[in-house]
Amino acid sequence: MNGIALTRREFLSSGGALVVSFVLCPRAAAQAGETATRSAEAKLPGSLDKFPMLDSWIRIGADGSVTVFTGKGELGQGIRTALQQIAAEQLAVPFASIAMITADTQRTPNEGYTSGSNSMKDSGTAILNAAAQVRELLVAEASRRLGVAADQLVARDGAVHAPGGKRVGYGELVAGQALHVRAEVQSRFKDAGTRTVMGKPVQRVDIPAKVTGGVAYVQDLRLPGMVHARIVRPPQFGAKLKSLDPGIAEGMPGVMKIVRDGSFVAVVAEKEFQAIRAMRALSDRAVWDVGALPPADVYAQLLQLGSEDKVIHERNGASLGAMTHEATFRRPYQLHGSIGPSCGVALYREGKLEVWTHGQGVFPLRAAIAEMLKMAPDTVHCIHMEGAGCYGHNGADDAAADAALLARALPGTPVRVQWMREEEHSWEPFGPAMVTKVRAALDRSGRISAWEYDVWSNTHSTRPGKAGNLAAGSLVAVPFAPAPAAPIPQPEGGGDRNAIPLYAFASARVTSRFIPTMPLRVSALRGLGAYMNVFSIESFMDELAAAAKADPVEFRLRHLEDGRARDVVAKAAQRFGWTSYRRERDRGRGFAFARYKNLGAYCAIAMEVEVVRETGEIRVGRIACAVDSGDVVNPDGIRNQIEGGVVQSLSWTMYEAVTWDARRITSRDWGRYPIVRFPAVPASLDVDIIDRPMQPFLGTGEAAQGPASAALANAVADAVGVRVRDIPLNPARVKALLGA
Amino acid sequence: MIAIEVNGKVHEVDADPETPLLYVLRNDLALNGTKFGCGLGQCGACTVLVDGKAVFSCMTPISTLGGRRIRTVEGLGTIERPGPMQRAFIEEQAAQCGYCIPGMMMRAQGLLESNPAPSDADIRKALEPNLCRCGTHMRILRAVGRAAQLMKVKA
Ligand code: FES
Ligand code: FES
Repeated sequence: MNGIALTRREFLSSGGALVVSFVLCPRAAAQAGETATRSAEAKLPGSLDKFPMLDSWIRIGADGSVTVFTGKGELGQGIRTALQQIAAEQLAVPFASIAMITADTQRTPNEGYTSGSNSMKDSGTAILNAAAQVRELLVAEASRRLGVAADQLVARDGAVHAPGGKRVGYGELVAGQALHVRAEVQSRFKDAGTRTVMGKPVQRVDIPAKVTGGVAYVQDLRLPGMVHARIVRPPQFGAKLKSLDPGIAEGMPGVMKIVRDGSFVAVVAEKEFQAIRAMRALSDRAVWDVGALPPADVYAQLLQLGSEDKVIHERNGASLGAMTHEATFRRPYQLHGSIGPSCGVALYREGKLEVWTHGQGVFPLRAAIAEMLKMAPDTVHCIHMEGAGCYGHNGADDAAADAALLARALPGTPVRVQWMREEEHSWEPFGPAMVTKVRAALDRSGRISAWEYDVWSNTHSTRPGKAGNLAAGSLVAVPFAPAPAAPIPQPEGGGDRNAIPLYAFASARVTSRFIPTMPLRVSALRGLGAYMNVFSIESFMDELAAAAKADPVEFRLRHLEDGRARDVVAKAAQRFGWTSYRRERDRGRGFAFARYKNLGAYCAIAMEVEVVRETGEIRVGRIACAVDSGDVVNPDGIRNQIEGGVVQSLSWTMYEAVTWDARRITSRDWGRYPIVRFPAVPASLDVDIIDRPMQPFLGTGEAAQGPASAALANAVADAVGVRVRDIPLNPARVKALLGA
Repeated sequence: MIAIEVNGKVHEVDADPETPLLYVLRNDLALNGTKFGCGLGQCGACTVLVDGKAVFSCMTPISTLGGRRIRTVEGLGTIERPGPMQRAFIEEQAAQCGYCIPGMMMRAQGLLESNPAPSDADIRKALEPNLCRCGTHMRILRAVGRAAQLMKVKA
């Protein structure tokens, strides 16, 4: 049967349309992932548009076992559980009966990166529709076999039930054949009112192993005969190796091999601590040619580097007129700062390479590794495993590429590369430094009549896909060129993500000023430019509200037309008790709102802080959030993401900035790059969810980053009357402003 | 060979005496729960209990551990029969990526064994050495509170 697709077609329709076609075909053919033949047909929902065959997403075994495939990976955001809930609900099978297969270049659809809060929109929508359509096909087949009209049949618990107690199991219905059917544009979903799994706070499937010491992360992967490697890292990106003294490490216990390729140097040892010791010995003696790092005032440098400017929004631009208010905001380079430094495991044998990675895009990573090692992409197999939370493009892909390079130098031996903390802190691509400038005018009625906004930023994605975007690819003897830096276009945007306010202003102009030259290595950090743009816009909204002598919440509502936006604003204000708030000395409240990317989740946050005048320290009190992510699949998952986003954004905003001297990054560990610790987390944090059943999934992961930062700055201004426009709002800065 | 006692069992380990306990637990004994986070004593991902006290296993050479009782998250229960601390974290869904969580649980276990009824402020103070980048703090605080309740019921 190999290589031949045997077809058994069943025309079950009335009116001659093809309703169901089971195609028996070898797995490999289905796995090749037939891409859509793009005719004039309407777009299929979510990632089905790229992978329209139902068996790319769902397979049912002869024994009734259900396997669901997604090209997205679990990053600690709970996506595996949410997708499993969707599939269970629409297929009408028990939640626990589903096996989920996540991002894997040989098994799953290529859904690009797990990023941008897009997993629910892309994969969730695809699985929602695929599962509903598979269920309908199964019911149709059961109807044919039982001779009972489809509308008399009920799909439940993995079987189709007929009146009078007759039932046929799904396994029997498909008899082990693949559901090799092209998806339809429209699906018949189960009625929202009858849901039993979607919309419920189902417990995450990954947590039990994580709290009991199971193999939960790529860091825990232990292959037979696996050896340990460490990289001898140059002091900075772009440094060149002048001399190395391999002799110093060659005789050390356990050392198996020192690998050098240009400025890429690594040591492989039998045991992990042996590799660390040898790496340290080699590092101590290595001599590097280094270039200059940027000056301390990187903002001035950024503005001088030259930008490609584009007006991304204009409304009555000619009538902007004279501006009465103006402010400039700055955001430093910031870290992803994963708690578990990056790790990769690779095995090269018989001309084939397997790579286990916590990177966000296994397919683009495969392309980059294949290019770097000059291998055919189909001889490289990348498998996603969880790492510690990444929050964007961190060192994960780099560590995978390091492991791949070393595995090729040791055929037949699995190699595990674990980055050190200092390595992660100084080599991961940072969240870019940014500058924004906003000007506005108020009319007599206290409305914003004109708004002008400029944002300067590097790119927010240097993700691989190209070997030159991998750390190793830039270090090898014949280095690879990175992909040219490019802005991510609107409507999602990169540096200009959320630069266009959702508010209705009589006239407005928004200009994105993209800086191609990168003083430091940067890439995607949770929320991209939205974090900074929302910080700027929402801080300035409060400044304008004060100028208009208006309440900040009422002032926002004055300019908000979108009903769902108004709902989250009202909800957060109500939960906080905004109108009944009583201010005490040195305490204040702040509010902020954004719709992520202007097309994702709506999120509003109200927050109380206290400022300690003597030290400039900010103490965060109560926080109330309201979020609308569309159709809710797992309310607790949404809550968890918003809570985490708020606390992380507060940490960014209160403490975080990458620092450097002439030679190297100096914020190389948690001592020199402090983040929030327990005593400083909020007193309380409530999240209200506004559910929109049957509406599109909007995603949640990045919705809170922007609003949390501005709510904090607004609360500080309310508490002690100082407006902090530079991130971070650390005690030294707040104190200096208080003293001024 | 060095003998160390982990979760009530004595193991003979063939490793350099200066090797930090973390690597011995993870690689020689194949216990995954204890995590590498910084190797610098700054994050707490590697926290284990030694004679009931929370220590950074990344900073503790195995040569110092003769005759001492080491406990890791694997000693708190199993996936089939999770102990009260593990149950509390599952019930509160107190994890995002979860990488910091075993270290959090061990430090919290140490706290509850010396102070079975800590206040919220006590818990915040006790957990200060441990970092969480996902911002799961509010849930972790609730989970430790719940663990205290579960242990009380058991006692
Ligand atoms: S790994 Fe031991 S404190 Fe961070
Ligand atoms: S849950 Fe991810 S670091 Fe704490």
